[in-house]
Amino acid sequence: MTETGMVESLIYTKPGSLMPIGTHYCPGCTHGIAHRLIAEVLDEMGLREITIGVAPVGCAVFAYNYFNTDFAEAAHGRAPAMATGIKRLNPGKLVFTYQGDGDLAAIGAAEILHVAARGENITVVFINNAVFGMTGGQMAPTTLPGQRTTSSPTGRDVETQGFPMKMCEVLSQLDGSAYIVRRSLHDVANIRRSKKALRTAFAAQQQGLGFTMVELLSTCPTNWGMKADEALHWVETHMIPAYPLGDYRVHPAVHEPRGGDRSK
Amino acid sequence: MTKEMLEGNVAFAEAAVRAGCEAYFGYPITPQTEALEHMSRRLPELGRVFLQAESEVAAINMVYGAASAGARVMTSSSSPGVSLMMEGLSYIAGSEVPVVLVDVMRGGPGLGNIAPSQGDYNQIVKGGGHGDYRPIVLAPATVQELIDLTYEAFDLAEKYRCITIVLADGNLGQMMEPAELPPMRPVRRVEDRPAWALTGAKGRAPNAISSIYIDPAEEEVFNRKLQAKQAEIEAREVRTRELCLDDAELAVVAFGTAGRIAQSAVKTAREAGVRVGLLRPISLYPYPYQRIRELASQVKGMLVVEMNSGQMLDDVRLAVEGRVPIRFYGRMGGMVPMPDEVHDEILALQASLSQLASPREVAQ
Ligand SMILES: Cc1ncc(C[n+]2csc(CCOP(=O)(O)OP(=O)(O)O)c2C)c(N)n1
Ligand code: SF4
Repeated sequence: MTETGMVESLIYTKPGSLMPIGTHYCPGCTHGIAHRLIAEVLDEMGLREITIGVAPVGCAVFAYNYFNTDFAEAAHGRAPAMATGIKRLNPGKLVFTYQGDGDLAAIGAAEILHVAARGENITVVFINNAVFGMTGGQMAPTTLPGQRTTSSPTGRDVETQGFPMKMCEVLSQLDGSAYIVRRSLHDVANIRRSKKALRTAFAAQQQGLGFTMVELLSTCPTNWGMKADEALHWVETHMIPAYPLGDYRVHPAVHEPRGGDRSK
Repeated sequence: MTKEMLEGNVAFAEAAVRAGCEAYFGYPITPQTEALEHMSRRLPELGRVFLQAESEVAAINMVYGAASAGARVMTSSSSPGVSLMMEGLSYIAGSEVPVVLVDVMRGGPGLGNIAPSQGDYNQIVKGGGHGDYRPIVLAPATVQELIDLTYEAFDLAEKYRCITIVLADGNLGQMMEPAELPPMRPVRRVEDRPAWALTGAKGRAPNAISSIYIDPAEEEVFNRKLQAKQAEIEAREVRTRELCLDDAELAVVAFGTAGRIAQSAVKTAREAGVRVGLLRPISLYPYPYQRIRELASQVKGMLVVEMNSGQMLDDVRLAVEGRVPIRFYGRMGGMVPMPDEVHDEILALQASLSQLASPREVAQ
């Protein structure tokens, strides 16, 4: 009983699918939010014990330390190929990769295209923060035109450095894709929508519908040189116009999993 | 069991099937594509996994994933493809998952050609990818050996949780010879996969397959562990085939196809009264340094024959430590030495030694 006479009840605990340890991510970074959402969904869907994750090279390189599930650590960009091998030999398990934009859209561009073209029955969680975070903020394929990075110091010049790669738009063209959506982690409403998309993607994988990917627009306050709240605002004002949120491909058989969806 | 006419590439693929290989991931490249084609038919009909990857880079990472799941898996390729696999192989070594690779070597560097070569020796035998590791490397000289060594490669890979590479060449891959296939072994049940494998953390703590050790002290501990394993492999797994060495005054050292050609030359020279023998290393890693060292105190000279510029020659020199003169005969670019060329080299070695020997004999 509290002073006000109301009964206290715990409504918010760490998901069982996360290890009881802190992460190494910078303050204000949305990697932590993405981890938590995945873990909550695994808990709610009862999938922890049949899940095998594949971590990327990038800031999430230690993701295997944070999830209370089996995990593999792939070479830079190769997570989709590694996940293919894991899934083919474990067809009944839930297999997901967790990849940054440098990992997925630069060095791993071939692997992600082909995993989608094959309709490989895995889920990719794609963290788009428009820079290479781990190596110190260099230009990524997703860096916006004019955006300054340590390797585009005067701003990305599309004449010499090309245009941003829009991976949802690209991958949704491939017939093996069953569920390709873009969400954002910049505010509470969008975080809830992101969680729901992760649920749907995992459910679609369990239905065996094909390749599923949830792109999450994310922050890198450290390398963007911004405070946490400024970074969240920048996602809203700069990234969303360049990377419109929405459903890019949804297989007709995709349905929202029933029950327990607290994110609505 | 009866012998049948088998093409090398088909033969090693079928040997892998019979060894209980559950999955093959690969990408076409001459002169080994028949292996991939054989797997595309055989594995699905047995309810196992075949997948043609988009590149060798992807293929080896699929193998990495499947091996992380605790399955018996393999790939095969030829020189340019194997170069692309080196990244994945280093990660596989760093994660200690068992993997089998067959490299059917061709002429290089670069795109080179599709003729048989031994130009990958240094890359394959000395590690290949970044970091301190060595795969077990086995060098067949006949289709039968290609079968037997591939069959056994899976056991070795699993025993040491390492990479085992069968180092063949375009000649072996594409030739047909009578050979006998080993018995079909059952595929391991999913429940019997090793305890470290990624199968879902049901009823146990999660498993992680990873090659990252950010703390240099931990990375060194891991590297020491790897080196201890390498030492065990070096102590236990050295293999050679030998011919006419008992009373030999001259020794030829050659592996794989070059060793097979040298064998014909040694036989002809023996018939002509030359006391020559052949040492054919089967394991290129671990290398038979000790056996060659022994020979160096028995024979008067050695001839090394290779289908490259003398990559294994360095290892022979290391073993011999200058005790006897070494002659080298190498062909490159996909050219295969002829038995009579090797025969001439044996005679030339003999002649050069008798010139060398006489002043010493006078001095004694
Ligand atoms: C083959 C290879 N090339 C380069 C690197 C260096 N590297 C580490 S992380 C990284 C970029 C990761 O960026 P991103 O995928 O966007 O993830 P983030 O760090 O932003 O989360 C690079 C280039 C590497 N580890 N391996
Ligand atoms: S560098 Fe950027 S992406 Fe990486 S943890 Fe820090 S804020 Fe997050």
